[in-house]
Amino acid sequence: MFKIAREALPALFAKMAEIADLFLPVKNNINTEYARFTPESAVDLETLKTAKSPKDLFFPQSETLYTCHRDGKKLSVVPEKLAEAPFIVFGMRACDIQGVAVLDRVFLSEPQDSFYAARRQNGLLIGMACTEPEESCFCGTFGIDHTAPGGDVDTMLTKTHLYWMPCTEKGQVLTEKLADLLQEAKEDELDKEKEKAKALMEAMPYKDVSVEGWGAAAADKNFDSPLWESLAKPCLACGTCTFVCPTCQCYDIKDYETGHGVKRYRCWDSCMYSDFTMMAHGNNRTTQMQRFRQRFMHKLAYFPANNDGMFSCVGCGRCVEKCPSALNIVKVIKAFGGEQHA
Amino acid sequence: MSIETNWKPKIVAFCCNWCSYAGADLAGSSRLDYPAEVKIIRVPCSCRVNPMFILRAFEKGADGVILCGCHPGDCHYSTGNYYARRRMTLLWSLLDFIGVEKGRTRVEWVSAAEGVKFSTTMNEFVEKIYSLGENVRLGDLRCKN
Amino acid sequence: MQELVARLKELLSAGTVDRVLGWKRGDSDWNPEPAFFTSVESLADFVYDGFCGANLSKYMIEATAQEGRTAVLLKPCDTYSFNRLLAEHRVVREKAYVIGVGCRGKLDMGKLRKLGMKGIQHIEGADAFAGDTLTVDTAYGKKTCAYQDALLDRCHVCKGKTHVVYDEVIGASADTTDMDRFAEVERLAAMSPEERFAFFQGELSRCIRCNACRNVCPACSCRKCVFDGDSFDSAQKANVDSFEEKMFHIIRAFHVAGRCTDCGECSRVCPQGIPLHLFNRKLIGDINAFYGEYTAGETAENKNPLVSFTTEDREPGEGRNA
Repeated sequence: MFKIAREALPALFAKMAEIADLFLPVKNNINTEYARFTPESAVDLETLKTAKSPKDLFFPQSETLYTCHRDGKKLSVVPEKLAEAPFIVFGMRACDIQGVAVLDRVFLSEPQDSFYAARRQNGLLIGMACTEPEESCFCGTFGIDHTAPGGDVDTMLTKTHLYWMPCTEKGQVLTEKLADLLQEAKEDELDKEKEKAKALMEAMPYKDVSVEGWGAAAADKNFDSPLWESLAKPCLACGTCTFVCPTCQCYDIKDYETGHGVKRYRCWDSCMYSDFTMMAHGNNRTTQMQRFRQRFMHKLAYFPANNDGMFSCVGCGRCVEKCPSALNIVKVIKAFGGEQHA
Repeated sequence: MSIETNWKPKIVAFCCNWCSYAGADLAGSSRLDYPAEVKIIRVPCSCRVNPMFILRAFEKGADGVILCGCHPGDCHYSTGNYYARRRMTLLWSLLDFIGVEKGRTRVEWVSAAEGVKFSTTMNEFVEKIYSLGENVRLGDLRCKN
Repeated sequence: MQELVARLKELLSAGTVDRVLGWKRGDSDWNPEPAFFTSVESLADFVYDGFCGANLSKYMIEATAQEGRTAVLLKPCDTYSFNRLLAEHRVVREKAYVIGVGCRGKLDMGKLRKLGMKGIQHIEGADAFAGDTLTVDTAYGKKTCAYQDALLDRCHVCKGKTHVVYDEVIGASADTTDMDRFAEVERLAAMSPEERFAFFQGELSRCIRCNACRNVCPACSCRKCVFDGDSFDSAQKANVDSFEEKMFHIIRAFHVAGRCTDCGECSRVCPQGIPLHLFNRKLIGDINAFYGEYTAGETAENKNPLVSFTTEDREPGEGRNA
């Protein structure tokens, strides 16, 4: 394990930015979002959750797949280049890293998504342990340890230092390149901090939320529940929950007519939208209740059924904070009895 | 603003069928010229122009949009241009608010008898767009290359 | 609140209404959700407090399409939206029983977070009608702040205490205005076009096209929106370059021009914190200046200036062409 003094962080970031494109939480005029590091960046490591999850570094909200050009009577098709430049994402929380693991299941299983795979290959994840969890956090529900993010390198920020623990070979290589800046630290220096962070999580309102009873078995059991109707009532059918979610991975493919050709692009889609998975015969989910049910059943039943029990919710709590109607996955889990009382 | 020497603006003119389009005809038959940069789209009435037509023209690469209709009071449908006038007043104001250069948009009332006015209006407008340069604030980048 | 619940029970049990549209207690003190109550028993979960900010009038489109009568709780500002929906024949007046509820400004969790509160466990003092201080229990210690300091932005430019449409009013309201509604619009108008463009570019480039602003907006009640579907390039979801979002917001602002009551829901729900109300206020200010004072939704009969005219109207671009 290594450490670096807080004051030296700008030097660390500058050095990392020399090695590869560096993305980290930066405060813009209102929010904190992942953004490319520049010496002027207002790096913000205090805000626990970026407004959007970092998933768009791997799976952008919108990306061109190929472009068709028309030149007189000649047509040409130019595929978009795959990502080649290595990049580093610094400061990812445990939930967001698990979110990437969920995306991996979708995009890296055969047939692989080459755009996503290229970004994953070139990306290096640096996790950061959460020391001050917030009221919307419930990563523990999915067995995620917020003090052990599970990146290529894991870090933890204390009052004085940033602790640095390489976890994978990729992380080791990076650590060696940064050796000048890092100093050795003892393995047990963080024990107290971690204990404190864990105790704090125990004080959060959603600590007892449990997904027991969900998973593959729930697919049939919960589908016809009368609860969905009332749960979905306040839903406005906007896509906020799906767009801030680190694991929502549905997309649409569309064409944009440029006047002299066509750009085919892929963009995030939301199961909350009325034209989601629209087909020639129409739509297979005709009511908002069905669309609403789809989102939660996908995360809590269908996805685990197809992925060895892995839930596609990571408990980051962004949807909990952002839903305009104060709906969220926790309320759904609780409605189906998912809260354990001590 | 520096302008590339070979840059030619694209200008869309929405002209109502009854007055302004006839005005353009008169300009033609009177051998008054107006710049080739102007592409006329004939509409039944100035009121037919949905604000989205104008935004879409800008999106797809127009550098200026001008709407021509009958003089207030002379609308073929009595009142269409009065509605158009309010609509465009607010749209121009909103576009100005988000920082689109003044002068990229214009409304002019041109009657069927005003071939001269049509010609001078178009010449003036094109000159104005030349001075403003390319529309970068409202265009869609994907249409540029 | 007791008075309110008692009255709702009365209305339901007497059969005056078939359902009540109000708020259901959330799983925390700060997240009540809009809900329909159909029985006296179900009202046990009913809540009306400082966190009930949602404008329920849009839900009435669906509610009044159903059999029977729906009682709806509307705050003074919400009643303007309801009037607009009446004017557009989207809700049926006879099938609605409007209870004007008192309001002293609604709370914004974002404000509490901005005040540095996190790990929130309980919030006390969010009563709908009384109390000046919020006491917030957090995992990081007890904190307090003035109710006033946690108000939604829109409440600082409150429309006042008057319900413009109601069958009965329960609870007192307070006018919470302490800011000039058009100050920000004027500040922007005084900037150069370049500065304004940079400002909106900065704000709108955060947009993720989640459509929350559109879906929450009572004026956005078209059955089929131009942004849903494939026939239009800027259809929903696409967010390809800086222009996309601009197009969406200009079109939306213009489409609700003259119909927007400035209820502020768009800015309240935006997950990216974009001050969307600025577009609406700009247009409201213009309409007032150009065509005379007009408040959308003040009555169900007042005419939207965009569907009327005078022969003396100003010319487009007047006073702005250099």
